[in-house]
Amino acid sequence: MSELRISDLRVEVETESGPKEILKGVNLTVRSGEVHAIMGPNGSGKSTLAYSVAGHPKYRITGGSVTLDDTELTGLTVDERARAGLFLAMQYPIEVPGVSVANFLRTAKTALSGEAPRVRTWVKDVNAALERVGLDGTFAARSLNEGFSGGEKKRNEIAQLELLNPKFAILDETDSGLDIDALRIVSEGVNRYTAQGDRGLLLITHYTRILNYIKPDFVHVFVDGHVVEEGGAELADQLEIEGYDRFVRAARVDA
Amino acid sequence: MTALPNVAEAIETKIASHLHPTPSWDVADHPVPTGREEVWRFTPLRRLAGLLSDDGPSGHGLDWSVELPAGVSLEPISLERARELAAEAPIDRISALAAGNTDHAVRLDVPAGTEVEGPIVLTGAGQDGAVAEHMVITVGAGAKATIVLRYTGVATFADKTDLVVGDGASVTFVTIADWDAGAVHGGHHAVLVGRDARVRVVTASLGGDVVRLAETARFAGPGGELEQFGVYFVDAGQHIEHRLFVDHNAPHTRSRVDYRGALQGAGAHSVWVGDVLIRKVAEGINTYETNKNLVLTDGCRADSVPNLEIETGEIEGAGHSSTTGRFDDEQLFYLRSRGIGEDEARRLVVHGFFADIIRRIGVAEVETRLMAAVESELEIIVGHPGAAQ
Repeated sequence: MSELRISDLRVEVETESGPKEILKGVNLTVRSGEVHAIMGPNGSGKSTLAYSVAGHPKYRITGGSVTLDDTELTGLTVDERARAGLFLAMQYPIEVPGVSVANFLRTAKTALSGEAPRVRTWVKDVNAALERVGLDGTFAARSLNEGFSGGEKKRNEIAQLELLNPKFAILDETDSGLDIDALRIVSEGVNRYTAQGDRGLLLITHYTRILNYIKPDFVHVFVDGHVVEEGGAELADQLEIEGYDRFVRAARVDA
Repeated sequence: MTALPNVAEAIETKIASHLHPTPSWDVADHPVPTGREEVWRFTPLRRLAGLLSDDGPSGHGLDWSVELPAGVSLEPISLERARELAAEAPIDRISALAAGNTDHAVRLDVPAGTEVEGPIVLTGAGQDGAVAEHMVITVGAGAKATIVLRYTGVATFADKTDLVVGDGASVTFVTIADWDAGAVHGGHHAVLVGRDARVRVVTASLGGDVVRLAETARFAGPGGELEQFGVYFVDAGQHIEHRLFVDHNAPHTRSRVDYRGALQGAGAHSVWVGDVLIRKVAEGINTYETNKNLVLTDGCRADSVPNLEIETGEIEGAGHSSTTGRFDDEQLFYLRSRGIGEDEARRLVVHGFFADIIRRIGVAEVETRLMAAVESELEIIVGHPGAAQ
């Protein structure tokens, strides 16, 4: 049983007019076996939360903590956080020319497990994981994300999720820009991951569409840099009907 | 881009580009540069002094060792014969001295119709003093060959090399400046691409104190294809300069230029000047040139200047790009977010940066040699305290 605990997390970014606070005290706990959805309007800070937890240098943590069991993550480097068990599926996966998918995955797996995977089974595992998300065998030899379509990049993120199998995964708008078939394939990959029962998932999304495929145990409404409402899957249904307007207006009144 | 509408007529006979001096075999046409000339302004002339004086480079070039396949010949020729065979007259003083001062020129010939399986590798070792060399490589019509010139040891080397590719021939021409520290190498490599010929030129500058190469290419007829790949590593105190000129002087020709370098250490200086001239007759051509520099530490300088001079709009495509920067933070973040440590992530990025171009060379021996050079550069970089961010 593991726990990813975000407590009163405050984060700012540098802007032309000086530092700007984006996260204003985020509290959220994900336990292994749980699926949490974070939903909110554009610009509410959802992606900032994902990148701050993963350790992107652009975001400065000014207060609060993020712990994975007994480990404080905020003091760790990006790769140390990953080795502690964290994974971020990115909204815009980065292209790395000249580095093959296969080489990248082997290097990552070696770094995470502390030893090189067995060549024989690993190649099979990689090909199987790529095929499960509808990427044929040629992708293993291609440069990482280079020339991939938007959908192929997202599928590749989910193949990585399955292969690297972290304790906790944050999916940052993995559903955005996917057509209906890709959305189904990606969701099935995520469900295989959570079906293990001892993994935690934080699903960040703008739309309720993906929640038709991935059933959340908890839904958090995120507005203006913090969680403004929490509930079960029914909260997502309510948002589908009412939109974020009520929460956005309430946040303005508070400000 | 320079528009010269008033000389549009003259351009058919005379190269209008201000970036490209008029070729001439006469050393007197190439005065000793002062450093204020556009084409010399990046060059540390003091360090090239041994190659610029009239009584500087002499002799008969490097000490070449080679195993020649059947049908291919390597023999001395007169200076006059070399001029007749050459792709282009020298465009700078060093190459004019190389061709004019050498005892005799050398010709490597792959006769028409000859298909050579493996690469023809010529390894040239440095000699004492400043050496002058004029090598003319002729590949006859319809021939297929891969030719590798590898420069080794220490030399002060004035270089004029011509590659003349016959109609319909297919040639990969690789030069690897694999010099030891202390070498100074300047000169001009000229390529003439035959009608419907396919030419791939690979220029790797790995060692030496100063390397300054002018690389020019033009076409003997329509339909020719030219690919030029460059790879260079510039370490502390090194000056590596590549000045390219692709002269699209024939219609329906195609060129692709991609040069990549990595710089590290105080005083490392790279210069890349790429110039493409699309003449009025050159309708339906397609060209793209790019230069990318990875600056790995403080104290380096990368000058990168792409130029495109277009005399006709009736073309298929023309473009260029140039980027110079440190490690891409987003690439490092992505790799590290998968657990890969910082040093290993840097290693992957640099490895990929060069593998992306080296894998396109298509000559296994050369690819292996260049990837090994990438590895040894990485040994210096990784863990280098100045290499951060």
